[in-house]
Amino acid sequence: MNSSHTAESNAQDQKSKEPVFRTEDLNIYYGDFLAVRGVSMEIQPRKITAFIGPSGCGKSTLLRCFNRLNDLIPSFHLKGKAYYHDQDLFADDVDPVAVRRRIGMVFQQPNPFPKSIYNNIAYGARVTGMQIDDMDELVEKSLRQAALWDEVKDKLGANGLSLSGGQQQRLCIARAISTTPDVILMDEPCSSLDPISTLKVEDLLQELTNDYTIVIVTHNMQQATRVADETAFFNAEASDDGKRYGFLVEYGPTERIFSQPQEESTQRYVSGRFG
Amino acid sequence: MTSHSQADSRQPDQNAKNITRKKGSRQSLGETAWTVVAGLCLLTALVPLFLVIAYVLVQGFSRLDVAAFTRLPPPPLSANEGGFANALAGTLIMVAIGALISVPFGVLAAIYLAEFSSGQIPRWIRFATNVLSGVPSILMGVFIYGLLVLPFFGFSAIAGGAALAVLMLPIIVRTTDESLQIVPQSVRWASLGMGASKFQTVLRVVLPAALPAIATGLTLAVARAAGETAPLIFTALFAQYWTDDLLSPIASLSVLVYNFAAVPYENQRELAWAASLILVLIVLLTSILSRWATRKQVY
Repeated sequence: MNSSHTAESNAQDQKSKEPVFRTEDLNIYYGDFLAVRGVSMEIQPRKITAFIGPSGCGKSTLLRCFNRLNDLIPSFHLKGKAYYHDQDLFADDVDPVAVRRRIGMVFQQPNPFPKSIYNNIAYGARVTGMQIDDMDELVEKSLRQAALWDEVKDKLGANGLSLSGGQQQRLCIARAISTTPDVILMDEPCSSLDPISTLKVEDLLQELTNDYTIVIVTHNMQQATRVADETAFFNAEASDDGKRYGFLVEYGPTERIFSQPQEESTQRYVSGRFG
Repeated sequence: MTSHSQADSRQPDQNAKNITRKKGSRQSLGETAWTVVAGLCLLTALVPLFLVIAYVLVQGFSRLDVAAFTRLPPPPLSANEGGFANALAGTLIMVAIGALISVPFGVLAAIYLAEFSSGQIPRWIRFATNVLSGVPSILMGVFIYGLLVLPFFGFSAIAGGAALAVLMLPIIVRTTDESLQIVPQSVRWASLGMGASKFQTVLRVVLPAALPAIATGLTLAVARAAGETAPLIFTALFAQYWTDDLLSPIASLSVLVYNFAAVPYENQRELAWAASLILVLIVLLTSILSRWATRKQVY
């Protein structure tokens, strides 16, 4: 009994050390335009990984590869490999819809559905066909996890768009976790929020990291130091034909990236001297 | 020298701090003049509208009695004042047939255009739709005359409804297409990001969000069709009596106005005015309905 438990938790440990995402020399194109070049990295489970770097360095583009959302852009294509738990994300037999059910996303602009707060949360369970015995419970649990429950519990029927920007973004986070995904991708989730809402969201991230793997794109370096376990610094440079492409400069524990960066451009960026 | 030029350059600065309104300056005169011109143009544009509504009201209101809604059109010179009961029913029936045909096709075509098409195809379909909406309505009548009236049905409610459907189709496609495009892309991404399929996204998120705007387009299309005369002359013709099947000629308000407005018989002319008033009221009512629908719009 005891030993089996240990074996199980060992297996759990073993499994939890496997990277959630792994990319090998990933090149991302929009049409002929090379947006991101040669990214090879691993994203660790149950950690917060931050992508930082100047505008136009392909952070968001790379992030949207992880849940196949770039597929929606007609000119998008890529070379190289991206794996999700050792499955090739872009293999022919991979269903992007199934990918997105496992990998939730929070966008830069809060984008609640023009539906009631309740239905915003219930939407994911309904469209993914989750077997839910008690939808009310799921709604409450998700809103509590997103630290929004107390503010909206008396107006669950109100339209999600009637909330303030910060509340809307937490509603979007609640929506993303309602389907208990494996990973949550966040594309500058705080860029349109005021400092108080930002802090609430950051607190929330810390709590979510017990259950979820989180990848967050941010322009705010303080935010990266506050929330991220791992940080990846991206930069952009002009190729021979004058077009700018993004690439991964340096990737490691947040503390090391900020205190002892190996690359000079990282050093310059994190000390605020450019970008 | 230096100090002198400095004093000079300070001079305009002093003026720049003056923020009181200067009467009679070129700028303020021009502003007044253009405001007056624009106001006059606005009045000129509104005059025909008010004249039409006022005149139709004055002429038509006196004959707007119970008989008008219950009786059949009168023969010329008869003491019987008559009514346009069959024409009102005919208009409603044909608009209903037209909507029944054009709404499903139009809305689904627009959904395809806005949500599922890609490449050059949607551009050409939109272009064709615009051309179709510019085609004179009398051609719609001739088209259905050649397509349905001559070979199959004869003059009939079905043919009339079909002509109205062709007329409504481009309006419905265009307004629905525009309504769907107004829904922000980010909401579609949110839904797809939740693991919804494209179909679920359109059905559960995009369509509900666009529904008020779509409803507005539909009511405007109905209003337009209800007032059309030319397509019905070639397809539905007219009937003095009640029509009990959809395959016989049928009366309509607009054709009744067309038939009765220019005759020398007072009783028929009065009825034409009353029917015109009803047509104006139908357009007014649908416009108010569409306004009401738009109020609920989210985007």
